[in-house]
Amino acid sequence: MTTSIVVGLDGDGSGMRALDFAKKLAKGMGTCELILVYVIEWSPYSFQTAEENAVRHKRREEEIEAALERVVTPSVAALKKEGFSARGIVRHGDVADLLNTVAVEEGADQIVVARSSEGGFVKRVFGTATANLVMHATVPVTVVG
Amino acid sequence: MKKLSFAALAGLLATPSAAFAQEAGGIDQAVNEVFAAVTGPFVNLIFAPLPGTSFPWIVLWLVVAASIFTLYFGFIQFRAFKHAIQLVKGDYSDPKDAGEVSHFQALATALSGTVGLGNIAGVAVAVGIGGPGATFWMILAGLLGMASKFTECTLGVKYRNEYPDGTVSGGPMYYISKGFIERKVPGGKIMAILFSIFCILGALGGGNMFQANQAHAQISGILGDYPGWITGVIFAGVVFAVIVGGIKSIARVTEKVVPFMGVLYVVAALVIIAANYQQIGWAFGQIFEGAFTGLGIAGGFVGALIQGFKRAAFSNEAGVGSAAIAHSAVRTKEPITEGFVSLLEPFIDTVVICTMTALVITISGQLMVDPATGNYLMDGNMIQTVGGTSGVALTSAAFASAFSWFPYVLAIAVVLFAFSTMISWSYYGLKAWTYLFGESKRAELTFKVVFCVFVVIGAAASLGPVIDFSDAAIFAMAVVNIAALYVLMPIVKKELNSYLSRLKSGEIKRFKG
Repeated sequence: MTTSIVVGLDGDGSGMRALDFAKKLAKGMGTCELILVYVIEWSPYSFQTAEENAVRHKRREEEIEAALERVVTPSVAALKKEGFSARGIVRHGDVADLLNTVAVEEGADQIVVARSSEGGFVKRVFGTATANLVMHATVPVTVVG
Repeated sequence: MKKLSFAALAGLLATPSAAFAQEAGGIDQAVNEVFAAVTGPFVNLIFAPLPGTSFPWIVLWLVVAASIFTLYFGFIQFRAFKHAIQLVKGDYSDPKDAGEVSHFQALATALSGTVGLGNIAGVAVAVGIGGPGATFWMILAGLLGMASKFTECTLGVKYRNEYPDGTVSGGPMYYISKGFIERKVPGGKIMAILFSIFCILGALGGGNMFQANQAHAQISGILGDYPGWITGVIFAGVVFAVIVGGIKSIARVTEKVVPFMGVLYVVAALVIIAANYQQIGWAFGQIFEGAFTGLGIAGGFVGALIQGFKRAAFSNEAGVGSAAIAHSAVRTKEPITEGFVSLLEPFIDTVVICTMTALVITISGQLMVDPATGNYLMDGNMIQTVGGTSGVALTSAAFASAFSWFPYVLAIAVVLFAFSTMISWSYYGLKAWTYLFGESKRAELTFKVVFCVFVVIGAAASLGPVIDFSDAAIFAMAVVNIAALYVLMPIVKKELNSYLSRLKSGEIKRFKG
């Protein structure tokens, strides 16, 4: 049976650390698919002007394209070159919520994420995406330092 | 004649500040006179009272339409209320559409265009003339108006234009022209053009100059008197940065602060009402008794009814068609769902926020009562108030009776509400403009620059007739829009029946909750 690992990407160094660790795990497991997930932070309850609403569909497509082009597609290509089985997913929403949702949908064995780099006031009040994921996930989570 | 007045306005803007103070009065007066002479007949026609009454026929036009839609759609505002809330919560939103405009966002955007000065100052005027009884009629008209919004916003989404690049444009001009062809009724194109012209004028006037003018009045009330053009230039600069420069951060801050202010306003009102809980029964007694007897106000219960209906119609814009433009950007496969969501708008605007203002004014005891008769003491056609205040000052005094610092919060709220209303109306006007002149960057920029120029004019001068004209233009939108809604309402009914049967059968999928 093929196992799979969901890896949270964020477009910078911490996401790559998570990916490096996931690669190590995958090598040890044998047949393992790496599912790279990039979440574009978005809330259906945010406030926007009418003009922003009118171009929202277009912006959404652009955001997905940019995420695929800059982060997800190059990472997947690099993994495939190294001989891994890999694919990428880009979604809009809450990071913690979506990483868990994708892991459940895909039947993944675990989620690998990096320790968040957010800090300060926001972190103290709302917690980081990683902390929220660890608190609420229904799939095992590995946090890479 | 119109060109002449615009030239005079341009001259007004170009005048250096020092000379401005001396000459503004003269120029203002000249502009007023020319404008009043040209637009007077139109303004008088729109706001003409019904023979033998002081009841403007346009208010009756809006209330009768709302009543007809209420009956035609079988009291949809009550039947669909729960479902509307489920839609706003996202219970029926496909998770795959995440990142698109949600029902909540479309509703919040439309609300930021309607919640404003009318809810704070307008209600005080209504209660100050019509007594607490006006509140009853205002709530009734607000509840009926929910059916008008439902009708126009469903059509707004159904007949919007979706362009290949993924952007959308919608509103009455689109549903009138496309819907009339579908119903094989002639004259759609002419009505759509007429609507667009009124919409542009309304956007520049009521949606811009009036807001800038009132914002300046609030700021100068706190900081002391200073020339209006200073406020105008600052406001125009910020509006320019948002609508032309695309500085999203300003819009984002405003769009976050405005709902916060709205909630703060309602919470403050609830606290005042709760602190005077012994008076709640009495206040509702005044509202019901006043609604049917008038409690001594000028014109008796008819006076209360006129004021209440007028306030609701002018505040929530149901039937005007503006909301249909704002709601049309939502991502949904079912246009009727946005109709359901939009019916919450008059409820929040009129039934909740306006009622809060009316209750606080009544409970705070600002309206003076003759202890002998229990009737209100009159001063001309106005009820006497404790501090001799009216309009926004009356609301301010009522809130200040409980929280002495509240007038400052209220002043900030009024300025922010004015700003968000301007941003919303700049878009409504823009959509009407591009409908007439084509969707091009150049056409858009022309309108946006004109819009910013009118911000300065609105704040700088008290152009009474211009404001009257733009109010008349907003309600002229309703004349065209409601006439079209009568033609198009069978299409909405078909959509409604189809949706409700699919909802019942489970074909419309619920994703959460």
